[in-house]
Amino acid sequence: MNRAPWLWAILFALWLVLSWHFTPLFLFFGVVTCSIAVLVVTRMGILDRESLPLHLAWRAATYVPWLVWEIFKSNVRVARIILSPRIRVDPSIVHFRASQRTDLGRFIYANSITLTPGTVTTGIVGDDFEVHAIVQEEIDGSEENIMNRRVAQLEGEAE
Amino acid sequence: MMGDIVNAVVWVLLIAGGFFMVTGSVGMVRLPDVFTRMHAAGMVDTMGAGLTLAGLCVYSLHDGTGLVAVRLVLVLAFLWFTSPIATHAVAKAALSGGTTPYTVRGAQAGAGKDARGGGAPDAARQAPADGERGVGDPS
Repeated sequence: MNRAPWLWAILFALWLVLSWHFTPLFLFFGVVTCSIAVLVVTRMGILDRESLPLHLAWRAATYVPWLVWEIFKSNVRVARIILSPRIRVDPSIVHFRASQRTDLGRFIYANSITLTPGTVTTGIVGDDFEVHAIVQEEIDGSEENIMNRRVAQLEGEAE
Repeated sequence: MMGDIVNAVVWVLLIAGGFFMVTGSVGMVRLPDVFTRMHAAGMVDTMGAGLTLAGLCVYSLHDGTGLVAVRLVLVLAFLWFTSPIATHAVAKAALSGGTTPYTVRGAQAGAGKDARGGGAPDAARQAPADGERGVGDPS
């Protein structure tokens, strides 16, 4: 799939939403800016599955709402820890193996872990994740496994 | 009538967002070390910013063309893409700076203090690196 037209279309849509001026001058500026951006990106040769993961778009539509709900739940958990009269934390750094096959999948998983309060990814070597958890049980439970599986699903069949 | 309901929803969302921001800030003070405080900071820019922006979105959908709502969603998307990277950078810097993560066992062995905020940070750092003072440290 040729990604350059897709990138151009996405950039131009972003331009339109952010400017919302439809005078010829502004449209011309938009066309020129987006074209230069796409030209630079293609010349650098960094336009690939990783930088523009279009194949994830429709599966992300179910992943993102689920992630938002997870973020909400763990926010409430951390808020309860912070607001309790005596702070009971049991932080530790945990290592475990992630089941994603591509770097992009690992990146999404690591960022999802960090986005949910209570767990922060502090390092990745290969498929070994190093995660700091504010309460150790947080990471031992099935929650992380569910997220791990869902990101692997999101990633789909690797090439 | 419709306006009242929308206003109520907006108020609830804004207050909930404010609640998470304040709670995150309280956590920044109460939690014992830089790593646990990162989790509190994460609350501010996930739910705090998220609920606040959601409230503004609802308001602009009711009161405007919806264009502002689209831009607010973009703000949230960029925020949620970038903030974990910043958090990760802080964690990485703290680890390579030689900060020992606070643990309950370490705190007990250190000074016999429990996992309370306030006094605990010093117990968490047997050998604090010089540059590490001042990273959200009230003492």
